[in-house]
Amino acid sequence: MTNSYQHEQFEQLVLPHMDAAYNLARWLVRNPHDAEDLAQEAMTRAIRFFDGFRGGDPRAWLLTIVRNSCFTWLGRNRAHDLAEFNEEAHSPGISSSADQLSIQTPPSNPEIMAVAQSESLRVRRALEELPVIFREAVVMREIEEMSYKEIAAVTNVSIGTVMSRLARGRDRLRAILVESIRTNPEPMEEPIP
Amino acid sequence: MTCQESTRLLAGYFDSELDLVHTLEVEDHLRTCAACASTLEADRALRATIARSRLRFSAPPTVVRNVRTAAANAFPTEKSTRKRWDWNWSFAAVAAAFIFCAVLTWKLLPVSAPNNSTAIADEAVADHIRALMPGHLSDVESTDQHTVKPWFDGKLDFAPPVENFAAQGFPLIGGRLDYLDQHPTAALVYQRRKHFISVFLLPATGEPDRAESQTSERGYNVISWTRGAMNYWLVSDLNPAELEELAKLLRGEQVSVK
Repeated sequence: MTNSYQHEQFEQLVLPHMDAAYNLARWLVRNPHDAEDLAQEAMTRAIRFFDGFRGGDPRAWLLTIVRNSCFTWLGRNRAHDLAEFNEEAHSPGISSSADQLSIQTPPSNPEIMAVAQSESLRVRRALEELPVIFREAVVMREIEEMSYKEIAAVTNVSIGTVMSRLARGRDRLRAILVESIRTNPEPMEEPIP
Repeated sequence: MTCQESTRLLAGYFDSELDLVHTLEVEDHLRTCAACASTLEADRALRATIARSRLRFSAPPTVVRNVRTAAANAFPTEKSTRKRWDWNWSFAAVAAAFIFCAVLTWKLLPVSAPNNSTAIADEAVADHIRALMPGHLSDVESTDQHTVKPWFDGKLDFAPPVENFAAQGFPLIGGRLDYLDQHPTAALVYQRRKHFISVFLLPATGEPDRAESQTSERGYNVISWTRGAMNYWLVSDLNPAELEELAKLLRGEQVSVK
């Protein structure tokens, strides 16, 4: 009796966010195969831990599990991505060339135009290039349209940190796009599979 | 408010996350500071570009299926025959599709090494057959293109063109998500008398236009072409002549209305 109620609750609350779960995994690990495995693994854990779900926002709850699975995986398989993450987290004073391009000087009109005209493949590549903590913030805000409070809950940081990561993430993303257009002004095409 | 404070809060202002007092302060600052105003404009341009780029990935159907099965098994209901039946059917569908693909591969291999487009045709036919099994034909059932088209929003990274050709004898009856050539794809379902037609749409960014080609696989007719960076794959047991009519309609060519 409890089981069938739980199943119903799970189907109503959690299953509708399967796309969000896969999307986040896909952007965190940046390839479809591992994203598939990780999304599935995270969903399986969500089923197992559903007992522990005490109301609140089911999407944020699910994405927290997805993010944990992905970060564990990244730690094991893409330690480099997380090294970048640690550096960003612990010494925000270090600024990369992308920061220097944008944060100090406000974006110029041609830069805004370049961003506005970027094609989807270029945007996808640029977002993939973004360091993981900025990438996840931008994905949750711009693609999942989550609030700062939800993003803060999933990423386990303060709302202020979410705001500054989004500001820096967007600055960097724009800088990457501008740089990409500068070095490769031809429209980007899908690579032949 | 200083420029430094405004820069710190600008993202919050842009995302409508500030309280009223800070919102007004930032607005006040924006009126006099061109630098902050242009950052805000750049943020808007970036948001529009991201939205247009359709960057959201949808969970592949296999993941969705596996998770549903896992959930059904993890929270077993007391002797629910319905659940058992569902599970058996999805198992049967997967098994049937698998056997079908295996037979098809085996049949085709001796003739010629399947090129890419034969492989896709096989896959499209397999998808179509799987879809004909009970309850799989469409995820969204509607004859209204204005219901079907938005249904795909956020589920695919492209916007499939959706049109109803009921007046020409090909009513649109729904749409579903499918998987073709390793991409999530939109499958539109049209009907002609008792025949169902799956129209698979997948983006062909960068591919040149390709003239129509017709084949038939295991009694199913397949028509495909590439046009305007979109690959079209039509699969049905409908006769080639009538299937061709739908192909023409989809390409916007004139056909005699029946």
